[in-house]
Amino acid sequence: MTTTLDHLPAHLASDLDGAFPDLVRSTSNGIYSGALQLTRNRHDAEDVTQETFVRIYRSLRSYPPERIRSLDLKPWVWTIALNLCRNRARSRARHPEAPPVDDRIDPTPNPADEASGNADLAVWRDRLSTLPTPQRSAVVLRHVVDLSYEEIAAATGRSGSTSRSDVRRGLARLRTLIEEEQ
Amino acid sequence: MNTQDSLTRQLAALRRPAPDGTVDVVLRRVDLADSFAVVEGPTGPAYVAWNGRGVTAFVPVDVAGSPGDFAHRHPRPATQVDAPPERLAAHLDRTMRTGRIGRLPIDLSSIGEFQRKVLEKCAEIPPGEIRPYGWIAREIGNPGAVRAVGTALGRNPVPVLIPCHRVVRTDGKIGNYAYGSSMKRSLLEREGLDPDEIEALAGRGVRLIGSDTTGIYCYPTCRHARRISDVHRVEFRTESDAEAAGFRPCKICRPAAA
Repeated sequence: MTTTLDHLPAHLASDLDGAFPDLVRSTSNGIYSGALQLTRNRHDAEDVTQETFVRIYRSLRSYPPERIRSLDLKPWVWTIALNLCRNRARSRARHPEAPPVDDRIDPTPNPADEASGNADLAVWRDRLSTLPTPQRSAVVLRHVVDLSYEEIAAATGRSGSTSRSDVRRGLARLRTLIEEEQ
Repeated sequence: MNTQDSLTRQLAALRRPAPDGTVDVVLRRVDLADSFAVVEGPTGPAYVAWNGRGVTAFVPVDVAGSPGDFAHRHPRPATQVDAPPERLAAHLDRTMRTGRIGRLPIDLSSIGEFQRKVLEKCAEIPPGEIRPYGWIAREIGNPGAVRAVGTALGRNPVPVLIPCHRVVRTDGKIGNYAYGSSMKRSLLEREGLDPDEIEALAGRGVRLIGSDTTGIYCYPTCRHARRISDVHRVEFRTESDAEAAGFRPCKICRPAAA
């Protein structure tokens, strides 16, 4: 996966339509996993994942090849995805009458999701939602999505050392929270 | 340190694969992939593929084989769905019923300029009428490109919808068709033409029909030629024969440059 991503900017610059499916294939699991924790439920996470790639494609269409070639893909993709997750949370807060779909009360639970511990997703989403946004994003990007601190810094526009302390503080809070639950 | 490890392990366990079909949905939304479905065509069930710009392919099921075979041969990634979107389905139905393109959107954006011109010109031929390859070549301003017109029509991605079955050999024979000349004949029969009669006429060397009351000559299947009663009907072998007899070409079917 890393090797593909290394060569991907050059491929995207020379043949956007040919290489774009590889970009979606190699990054969609990460985006979806992160969005599952940064939005309210898996429907939102699916929407955000799709929308992220639609925006990425439109941006790439408008960029000159030199700009595409110099892109640091993972953080760039996540800058867009984080924005969409934030917008989604904001519009949910503003329109609370929107159907309150939640995985826990989903009337048609997917058996595969049940088996893979869907309940865990909701429990962790609640825990993470108590963190300040920068810590929450940083923890999710570092430990769920598996980005490096440098990548998190580039994606969030904060410095590497700030990202590091965001993650550290976020984890500390989560630990306290779990201890309190017991 | 232990809690830290267990905590990050639990967070890592929250990873989930994106739902099946995410890649397909995204590619369709940015028009890099097409959808396709089976519809009832004039010669039986057919695969129709489309994207946001319009229809991209139309192939009878008995020619294409399984859905997998169709998708494999389609020039772009394609995923099967139940049916075309409502509006597209309505336009598609009308085109198959009337034999006219009407407002059915067809995506010819990945096709070269020459082939696109050929296909657009072909789409102007009304149902129940036929034109020779040379007519298209002349109409698109490329009178020497008769063979190239044949090749372009042979690669028509949306046969039946763009009616390449209405283009025949310059000598009046029905000629070849990508899905076999028998399908070409049956498509023409459905439109009220008699392929045997057309070929018999051509066999006698008759390529044009004139009316001695109007002094106008047409292709034999032109709607104006078919109105000519037998007593006023004049047969010609070539345009110059007709011109020599004092006739002028019809402005509707345009058998010669006006």
